[in-house]
Amino acid sequence: MVSVTDTETTSAVAEPRIRQKTMGMPTHHMAIFAMLLAAGIVAPFMLYPVFVMKVLCFALFACAFNLLLGFGGLLSFGHAAYFGSASYISAHAAKVWGLSPELSILAGTATAAVLGLVFGSLAIRRQGIYFAMVTLAFAQMVYFFSLQAPFTGGEDGIQGVPRGNLFGIISLQSHFAVYWMVLAIVFIGILIIYRIIHSPFGQVLKAIRENEPRAISLGYRVNRYKLTVFVLSATLAGLAGATKVFVFQLASLTDVHWSMSGEVVLMTLLGGMGTVFGPIVGAAVIVTMQNYLATWGAWVTIVQGIVFVICVMLFREGIVGVIQKWTKKSL
Amino acid sequence: MFELLGIPPQALFGQLLLGLINGSFYAMLSLGLAIIFGLLNIINFTHGAQYMLGAFVAWMLLNYLGIGYWWALLLVPIIVGATGIIIERLLISRLYHLDHLYGLLLTFGLALIMQGLLRNEYGISGLPYGIPAELAGGQNLGFMFLPNYRGWVVIASLAVCLGTWFVIEKTRLGAYLRAATENPTLVGAFGINVPLMITLTYGFGVALAGFAGVLAAPIYSVNPNMGADLIIVVFAVVVIGGMGSILGSVLTGFGLGLVEGLTRVFYPEGSAVVIFVIMAIVLMIKPAGLFGRTA
Repeated sequence: MVSVTDTETTSAVAEPRIRQKTMGMPTHHMAIFAMLLAAGIVAPFMLYPVFVMKVLCFALFACAFNLLLGFGGLLSFGHAAYFGSASYISAHAAKVWGLSPELSILAGTATAAVLGLVFGSLAIRRQGIYFAMVTLAFAQMVYFFSLQAPFTGGEDGIQGVPRGNLFGIISLQSHFAVYWMVLAIVFIGILIIYRIIHSPFGQVLKAIRENEPRAISLGYRVNRYKLTVFVLSATLAGLAGATKVFVFQLASLTDVHWSMSGEVVLMTLLGGMGTVFGPIVGAAVIVTMQNYLATWGAWVTIVQGIVFVICVMLFREGIVGVIQKWTKKSL
Repeated sequence: MFELLGIPPQALFGQLLLGLINGSFYAMLSLGLAIIFGLLNIINFTHGAQYMLGAFVAWMLLNYLGIGYWWALLLVPIIVGATGIIIERLLISRLYHLDHLYGLLLTFGLALIMQGLLRNEYGISGLPYGIPAELAGGQNLGFMFLPNYRGWVVIASLAVCLGTWFVIEKTRLGAYLRAATENPTLVGAFGINVPLMITLTYGFGVALAGFAGVLAAPIYSVNPNMGADLIIVVFAVVVIGGMGSILGSVLTGFGLGLVEGLTRVFYPEGSAVVIFVIMAIVLMIKPAGLFGRTA
């Protein structure tokens, strides 16, 4: 809860725009980004590149989701809709229309943005728990649509998507070639999210999360901010989904299923919601776990459920949240 | 034989009946959700899993202990309700001081665990559960054939919904409950054990889901995923109806079931999404829901 003293209120009223110095990146953030980039460059030589790419795509997905939940305070339980629809369109564009990878990804991302705008503008009419239910219901609608629509291939999904040539010239046939593209997209995507969080827009967002009535009374058009962050989050989730297609050469119902929405919530929760780097850690942990448990069938679901319960009951700050507490630095 | 807009009446009434059956489950489940939400302020994501659990417990009673349908109808809500009470006491009750979203996340995790465990044990192909002998067969109503069991599901569900409405709106216990929904602190000050009431309310809501599960077992095959997809539709039903009124939940549940049935007649491709489309329209016109109080 937010306790506000009178002096704070008056100063905030007198100066509604938050003029905190957040433009320059603090050194420790810069160091972490450099380390992440270095790790991203070394990783494919140490680990199976497809696995690392999966981690990267989910890291971007989780960061996009965290932008909405951790900074906007809005729990969407249907982010699979944007992730999945983008991956379908991107796969369709590459396979049927024969577009190059970058244009296919763009098409998928744009679809997610439009979908985010439509669903977001309706969902923000309700708050809290209802918001979660509405987003989940819309995502289920997208799921049923994907199940029935002629171009999605029903239960089979769109398989054998050609990786093609990036910008029409660079062949993406090898895993390594795709890897560099995925790394670049994800890294830039996360930098964009970082920039949004630390922009004046991001500050207003945090104000709305902490105390919506006060933000309204300060004259901010709260719904406009909510919708903007919703669309941004959906777009970036779409970017992750569209990119994922070129890793697995596949778009399937798994991408739009509600369990995918649940997974991204779990990644964010486990890594630490409202932290910049938490979702990346959460995505890495969950994807690794899925990898190890893959042969165990339903145990993946059970373990995810258990992790959910443990996180909510005992570990609400998440991994990075705890580190943040120890180091007393915002991460 | 007369025809209605080119649709043979058997098909029309058949689908309407199917819609009414689905509506029965929407009504029972959304009623349980609304009661739990009213007092606990959490959305019980486990509700679908508990409905599924109800069907499974009925199946287990029959196959492991030889206990038939009618006893299951009585025993399953008690068993499932008891598991609900344990969950509330052990886990949910520790989250009341936090943001409501944590309750949603916790119950989502619990639903995953339940589904996963049963899927491990029984697979996803579905287990058969026979219609009780007393309700086999059906009635020829002239314009359509009504299987007895389906008629029974609609009647049983209506009876349970109206019974719940009566208890909450017309009895002293219900008055306490409504008062505690409005202001738990004040009700506690009058010497009423509010935490106990919360626990029992959760148990009752969950028992309702278990009861619905038993009713569903002979109609749908008993499988671990039966609750997951249903609960999302029920969420949409709850958003459309709003959780403010009991009769509202029941009406919305049955009404949307019928609408879905009608859609299946006239535009089958849209039947899976029609409820979500209605939700979108309601959000545009009356965001608080048809029977909801403005938030």
